[in-house]
Amino acid sequence: MNLQAEIPLDYMIILSILVFFIGLMGVLIRRNLITMLMGVELMLNAVNINFTAFNHYLFPHRLEGHFFALIVMAIAAAEAAVAIALIINIYRQFATVSVDDVDELKF
Amino acid sequence: MTGPKIIFFILAISIVVFSILSITSRKILRAAIYLLFVLVAMAGLYYMMNFPFLAAVQLILYAGGIVVLIIFSILLTSQINSKLEPPRRSHLLSGALTAIAGIALSAVTILQFAFKPSSKPAIGTDMRTIGLQLMGTGENGYALPFEVISILLLAALVGSIFIALKNRT
Repeated sequence: MNLQAEIPLDYMIILSILVFFIGLMGVLIRRNLITMLMGVELMLNAVNINFTAFNHYLFPHRLEGHFFALIVMAIAAAEAAVAIALIINIYRQFATVSVDDVDELKF
Repeated sequence: MTGPKIIFFILAISIVVFSILSITSRKILRAAIYLLFVLVAMAGLYYMMNFPFLAAVQLILYAGGIVVLIIFSILLTSQINSKLEPPRRSHLLSGALTAIAGIALSAVTILQFAFKPSSKPAIGTDMRTIGLQLMGTGENGYALPFEVISILLLAALVGSIFIALKNRT
C-alpha cells in the first residue's frame, strides 16, 4: 500500500511530536513511579512512529528504521523489567512508590 | 476522505486521546489500560505503514508483555480502589508549559525541513527479507545490533533478578 498520496509524512511527525510531549508531561506531572514509567513508554513509542514513518516514506529501499524500532522495543522491554524490579525493591524498603516520599539514598 | 485516511485519523485520534487519558487518569489501573489502547492503536499504524512484523512484535512485546508487567507491579504495590492524588498545580502548570513549548518548537522546526524521499524501488517487508537482513553480516545486515541486544537482554535479566532479590548477603 502506498501511503504517500493519502497521508503526508507531516501528519505522522505531528502525531509523534504530540505523543512524545504528552509522555514527557506525564513524567513531569505524575508523582507515582509506575505512572512515570508509563510516560516513558509513551515517549519511546512516539520515537518508534518516527523511525517507521521515515523508513516507509523516505527510504523504502532499506529497512533501517524498521530494525531501529525493533531494537528500541527490545531496549524498552529491558528498561521496563529493570525499572519494575527497582520499583518493587523501593516498595519493599519504603512501603510506597511515590517519588515525593522516596528521598533517602542510604539507610 | 478515502479509506486509509479515515483509518489513520481514527488511529491518530485514539492514540492522542488515550495517551492524554493515560497520563491524567486518577485510577492507576485505568491508566495502564489506556496505555494498552495506545499501544494497540500504534500496532495498527505499523500495519498501515506495511510493517506487519513490527506490528506483531508491538502487540506481543508491548501489549502482551510490558503492559502485563506494569499491571503486575501495580497489583503488587498499590491499592486498586484508592485514587491517585491529583497533581500539584505548579507541577501541572510547568508540565503543560514544557509540553506546549516543546510541541510548538519541534513542530515549527521539523515541518520547515523539506524531506527528500529516495527514488529507489521499495524493498519488500516480508518475513524472509527481514530474517535475512536481521541475520546478515554484509551490506544491509544487522547481525551486530542483534547480538548486542541479546547481551543487553541477558544483562537486564540478571540485573533485575539481582535487584529484586529479597535478602542478599
